Amino acid sequence: MSVLPTNYLTPSGREEAWRFTPLKRIAGLHDPSTTVADRISIELIGNARPGFSISKVKAADLPAKSSTDDAVIQRVRAGVAEVTHLQISQEAVVTEPIVLARKAGNGGEFSRTVITAGAHSKATVIVENAGEATIGEEIELRLEAGSNLTFISLQEWSANSVHLGRHHAIVGRDATFNSITVTIGGSLVRLLPTVEYSDQGGSAELLGLYFATDGQHLEHRVHVDHGIPNAKSRVTYKGVLAGDQARTVWIGDVFIRGNAEGTDTYELNKNLLLTDGARADSVPNLEIETGEIVGAGHASTTGRFDDEQLFYLMSRGIPMADARRLVIRGFFTEIINKIGNEVIEERLMSRIDAQLEKVGA
Amino acid sequence: MSQLVIKNLQVGVETESGMTEILRGVDLTINSGEVHAIMGPNGSGKSTLAYSIAGHPKYTITGGSVTLDGADVLEMSVDERAKAGIFLAMQYPVEVPGVSVANFLRTAATALRGEAPKVRTWVSEVKEAMSKLAMDPAFSERSVNEGFSGGEKKRHEILQMELLKPKIAVLDETDSGLDVDALRIVSEGVNRVKSEQNLGIMLITHYTRILRYIKPDFVHVFAGGKIVEEGGPELAERLEEKGYAEYVKA
Repeated sequence: MSVLPTNYLTPSGREEAWRFTPLKRIAGLHDPSTTVADRISIELIGNARPGFSISKVKAADLPAKSSTDDAVIQRVRAGVAEVTHLQISQEAVVTEPIVLARKAGNGGEFSRTVITAGAHSKATVIVENAGEATIGEEIELRLEAGSNLTFISLQEWSANSVHLGRHHAIVGRDATFNSITVTIGGSLVRLLPTVEYSDQGGSAELLGLYFATDGQHLEHRVHVDHGIPNAKSRVTYKGVLAGDQARTVWIGDVFIRGNAEGTDTYELNKNLLLTDGARADSVPNLEIETGEIVGAGHASTTGRFDDEQLFYLMSRGIPMADARRLVIRGFFTEIINKIGNEVIEERLMSRIDAQLEKVGA
Repeated sequence: MSQLVIKNLQVGVETESGMTEILRGVDLTINSGEVHAIMGPNGSGKSTLAYSIAGHPKYTITGGSVTLDGADVLEMSVDERAKAGIFLAMQYPVEVPGVSVANFLRTAATALRGEAPKVRTWVSEVKEAMSKLAMDPAFSERSVNEGFSGGEKKRHEILQMELLKPKIAVLDETDSGLDVDALRIVSEGVNRVKSEQNLGIMLITHYTRILRYIKPDFVHVFAGGKIVEEGGPELAERLEEKGYAEYVKA
């Protein structure tokens, strides 16, 4: 059992950062009076290979490099004794993806992982989250100069799972960070995909896909902090909602600080509502302190299924259910295709099909 | 031999002020191998006729009947109409992002034929049909209608018609927005499918231009939601000279 800090405030639900989240459903992960196990459930799948290493280190020896005001993440940091450290060696090019999977058990769990992409390395890391879990986690991704890291996080949790996490990238000089966040399973998932830059020339692309059905609450709070000149960011999140009380929240905060001249950023969120009784909140925020930038923009759309698309497909003999499936697969294709792994792509599409079938949409 | 029979078809759309009548009793019979040109001014209800036959949910049938070889078309869902052999080439084909042309065509062919076409023969079938319409093979990897030029969209419609082998095709202003070269290619495609598959065609158009490439057997003048005059190809020539003024006034 971990020692809990007492010097921070427990969210009440009235705070801006928590106002969308049903705190009753997060199993007390935010509340110091609940106990949470210190356990490491994340494991490397397959054998160790050249180009990277994975180790467990004392939390005190590998403190987080970034700051956070998120109450749950602060608890995670305080409560974890050991940190999983995945290190990709300098100049290593790891061709096959490095797959980490979680085998979470019953009861709450706090977890910290640090992924370091050594200078001029190139690798893809996939984190697979499946099964049942109640977890608070932080993954810090440190991209050293010239590194290229693709980070894919798959939330395929079972129906009762609760997952609150922060996936924070620190993008170094001329480094390229690509992330794909897929959230399909879980009762309540609240993720903070966040980015900061530690030097110039960095580039970050954050792609996300979520699909909420009956009663699921899936929340993504993107934050890109442009505090360094000449960095680039692109954010594209797409969501589908179907069924009673399906709920999604997307917050896209982009902050361009006064010194971040030459910033180039664009963020987009698109939601597709398939049935009544579902609700999507979409809040893009762009805060700009300098006009000396390449570009900054955002767009957000939330709409119903396009009946004209259905009519067009059906007029070619395609039955309604197949036509809907085609359109939804098409909606997600742009993101799924970038995973670059056919087995995973097909598995996710099947899961999406199953979700559709479940709600009869 | 197939026959599409439209009898006293009345169609409306639901608006805030109630049902607005658009088609006021259309009678028309189209047999395999026949080309029927439906000509009329804008707003006369030509497109409503096309969409009503295909089953667009926006339109409410308030009277009359449509049968294909005796089967009640109006009772069928949209996909069932396609399976029965009706094809609508749309004036404004709809974009379906993320769905490739190849995937779309194969899904449609699978639905219509009742089984997935054999991969090898299917691929060559599609390639051949595309080359006849002067379409780049790379086309099949693009998303359905997304970013297509006007000419590409219309060729894509005729490509579908060629591959899906309907009995009766409704071509809704297929000529609109086409330059002369594209019009020629699209028209040749229509004529080819007609002669190879003995297709019956309802050719809806505002202009006589396309009739130089696709010879109509019958010309029907459409105004005020119904057919107001019928004749042979010579009627189109008269419309070319005099326009629709005499029908609009009435």
